[in-house]
Amino acid sequence: MTDLTVTGASALAPRGKSLLELDERTRRRNAAETRFRMMGLVAVLVGVFVLVFLLGSILSNGLSSFRQTYISLDIFLDPAKLDKGGKRDPAEIAKVTTFGYAPLIEKAMADAMAAKGVTGDGVSAKAAGELISKEAAADLRRYVLAHPQAIGTTVNFDLLASGRIDGYYKGRVTMESAKLDRNISPAQLQLADKLKSAGILVTHFNWGFFTAPDASDTRPEAAGLGVAILGSVYMMVIVLVLSLPLGVAASIYLEEFAPQNRFTDLIEVNIANLAAVPSVVFGILGLAAFINFAGLPQSAPVVGGLVLTLMTLPTIIIATRAALKSVPPSIRDAALGVGASKMQAIFHHVLPLAMPGILTGTIIGLARALGETAPLLLIGMVAFVRDYPAGPPEGFFDPASALPVQVYNWTQRGDPAFIERASGAIIVLLVFLILMNLSAIILRRRYERRW
Amino acid sequence: MNVGIIILVVLAFAAAGYIAGKRQALSLSAQSGIKLHSLSGYYGQTVALFAAVPALLLLIVWLLVQPIVVESRVSGMIPDSAIAQGSARSLVMSDVRRIAGGLDAVLARGGLGEDELNTISANTQTVRARLAEVGVALAGEVQPVVFEAARAYRQTTKSGALAMTIAVLGVSLALAFLAYRRIEPQMRARNISEGFVKSLLIASSLIAILTTIGIVFSLVFETITFFKIYPASQFFFSTVWNPQFRGGSELGILPLLWGTMYVSFIALLVAVPIGLMIAIYLSEYAGRSMRSFAKPAIEMLAGIPTIVYGLFALVTIGPFLRDYFAQPLGLGSSSSSVLTAGLVMGVMIIPFVSSLSDDIINAVPQALRDGSYGLGATRSETIKKVVMPAALPGIVGAVLLAASRAIGETMIVVLGAGASAKLSLNPFEAMTTVTVKIVSQLTGDSEFSSPETLVAFALGLTLFTFTLALNVLALYIVRKYREQYE
Repeated sequence: MTDLTVTGASALAPRGKSLLELDERTRRRNAAETRFRMMGLVAVLVGVFVLVFLLGSILSNGLSSFRQTYISLDIFLDPAKLDKGGKRDPAEIAKVTTFGYAPLIEKAMADAMAAKGVTGDGVSAKAAGELISKEAAADLRRYVLAHPQAIGTTVNFDLLASGRIDGYYKGRVTMESAKLDRNISPAQLQLADKLKSAGILVTHFNWGFFTAPDASDTRPEAAGLGVAILGSVYMMVIVLVLSLPLGVAASIYLEEFAPQNRFTDLIEVNIANLAAVPSVVFGILGLAAFINFAGLPQSAPVVGGLVLTLMTLPTIIIATRAALKSVPPSIRDAALGVGASKMQAIFHHVLPLAMPGILTGTIIGLARALGETAPLLLIGMVAFVRDYPAGPPEGFFDPASALPVQVYNWTQRGDPAFIERASGAIIVLLVFLILMNLSAIILRRRYERRW
Repeated sequence: MNVGIIILVVLAFAAAGYIAGKRQALSLSAQSGIKLHSLSGYYGQTVALFAAVPALLLLIVWLLVQPIVVESRVSGMIPDSAIAQGSARSLVMSDVRRIAGGLDAVLARGGLGEDELNTISANTQTVRARLAEVGVALAGEVQPVVFEAARAYRQTTKSGALAMTIAVLGVSLALAFLAYRRIEPQMRARNISEGFVKSLLIASSLIAILTTIGIVFSLVFETITFFKIYPASQFFFSTVWNPQFRGGSELGILPLLWGTMYVSFIALLVAVPIGLMIAIYLSEYAGRSMRSFAKPAIEMLAGIPTIVYGLFALVTIGPFLRDYFAQPLGLGSSSSSVLTAGLVMGVMIIPFVSSLSDDIINAVPQALRDGSYGLGATRSETIKKVVMPAALPGIVGAVLLAASRAIGETMIVVLGAGASAKLSLNPFEAMTTVTVKIVSQLTGDSEFSSPETLVAFALGLTLFTFTLALNVLALYIVRKYREQYE
């Protein structure tokens, strides 16, 4: 036999060639190996790069929305204009509309320019007043209504600069684009530059972005996320309160009690399918069942919460069942062995041990629900809502917006300043999501037991 | 009494019932000298469950049914003659609700007494002024019938709420009392309360079935209504989608289906190769540190809300493709296009493909690989010739699931693909999909019973059927062709 192999081998490979020297075919195969491996590496890098690029583009578009240009003015709240009766009666003061406040701002602007020695250079007082947002008069009026005793005094305000001025300092508006723009002129931009060097025009952190309600198409500088954040919080409360108990109860039944039969199979298939139903179909369900059939109000957090609950349930059920399954049977057996009933074994022993897994799944489900947009569009949450919903539980039935819907809403507006706002809103949304996912990870790391 | 308070009262009854039941059981057992069958807490639990659960269920049912009953009763009060030309009963009813709400607000402010309200008529200046004060502006003349109806609406709603309060609290108390009376030391309280809890568990697992039934019913009913006013053959076979406000719309689904398929195809073209290579690399080649960094990063892509991808398509990818490809090549000047939406959607479904395939590749037993290495195959040859064929059914299933995800995706196409329904091959042209049209038809201003709105339900049903079929097919393939290893 040995002879045979030797002769066979010598017939195949020419003598005198080292094994370490690669022949043509091996080299080809090794090259193919390297190519394949590189393809894999490239795919991974593409995936990571896309993630970084996506987040980077959102950040670069949106970070600027956290800073805002203001015009800092000392405004004399003229009693002759704001409170003619002089009685400081709130009802009387409320009769002065925002039009009554605009001249005060214009005058304060002129005074400030004169005091700092800034000259208009062909920009009229009215045009100089246009550097200030139209929302400023409304803000001023709100302040006066809240503090009637301030009438007659001089108060320093940081008034919102108009969207174009804000855009000028964020690189969105240039001298060239201003020439073609009806809302702003290059002369006004030059004036803004002078105001900036005089310290009247300032830029600082934009708290209003988090607290103010949405604003109309022409006032992007005043648009904020207040109502949307509140609406999202309301919905998450509803989702949490409904889906956690329901999901846990359903999973306990399916995992611990359900007999193996047709009916249980039906439920399982249903849950698996619901997890794969497109979200927009849940929106149709919400519209048909909760609004048209049950008569709940449109664009209310309660309807959004219910729809998102139905969407989140499969996620929570799947996570909870996995958590219950990972508790070893010895725990159940031990409990049963000392005389506990099945229900006691589950509620006293299995469930507490499975709790970290259940909570992790719930948080991840909630995070997904928080970012869901399509079903909310169908139940009317795109509506323009300026009023804050009342406190819970009545507020659950008031119209509100939601964070992702607000993003969509802003992308549909004409002014490019709203794109900046939308990106900013997404950053806020992503921060919430990251916080939720981090807490899920921490929960899992700290409390989950490996058996 | 408002609903929140009713719930609190019922819960208070339950808590009181728990304490009373527990005490009763202990004292009865002490009196008679008979040992309790269950732990004393179970006697209390039984009372508490009977006090709370049926009452709260009744409350929910009542809240759902009452508006429907009130609506139909009040709606019957309005004669056809009172409905103005060009108006509809539903519009008049919304007026009725508005006025009723206004009257409530006026009353709450104390501007009007309950008795006064019953004597005044619709168009007196005071009522108008009062209503305007609370933010309900009345347009034009309010017909006396409508005002009458509003008054009746308020009245029925109010008496309904009163009846509900009485019924719910009554049920709660009565059942709690019954359960309390039945307590005796030999009562198998644990079995009763556990049986009760178990039925609650079963009821919550039924929610999944109820949801599916709800989805199917809401889609099917409205779709039937739609096909009554619009021919089904036209819907399925017409190649024109052109909804009109004034009727005479052409609502053919084919252009929408084409757009959906085209976008999904491009998305899969991006996601399947990349996702598959990522899965292969991470499970076969990558070292531990690489895996622990890259896997969560890729999975983060799946956790990002779709609205973020939508904005990314709208702001970054769309203009980029337009400026650097479409316009230089003369293929179009629209920033929203099939390619934009397809590329971004492809990125979104990469993690679906990769993590599902990853699991499947990992499930292929090491012995198969070792056998292949033993024959002298390189790693890539092993993957291509041994691992992939073994994992193929699972991977096909993963791709089908990703496809169903792509078809049902909404926000990316709403923001990235455009809104014009076209049958075209040019990927730089804006096209539209089924989901986009569902959103635009249901968020528009057209009347609910018009075919332009109802078509959204037919589209929804089509979408639901498609994704369901894909999912079932995926499961079937995975089950049927799965290699069974020990």
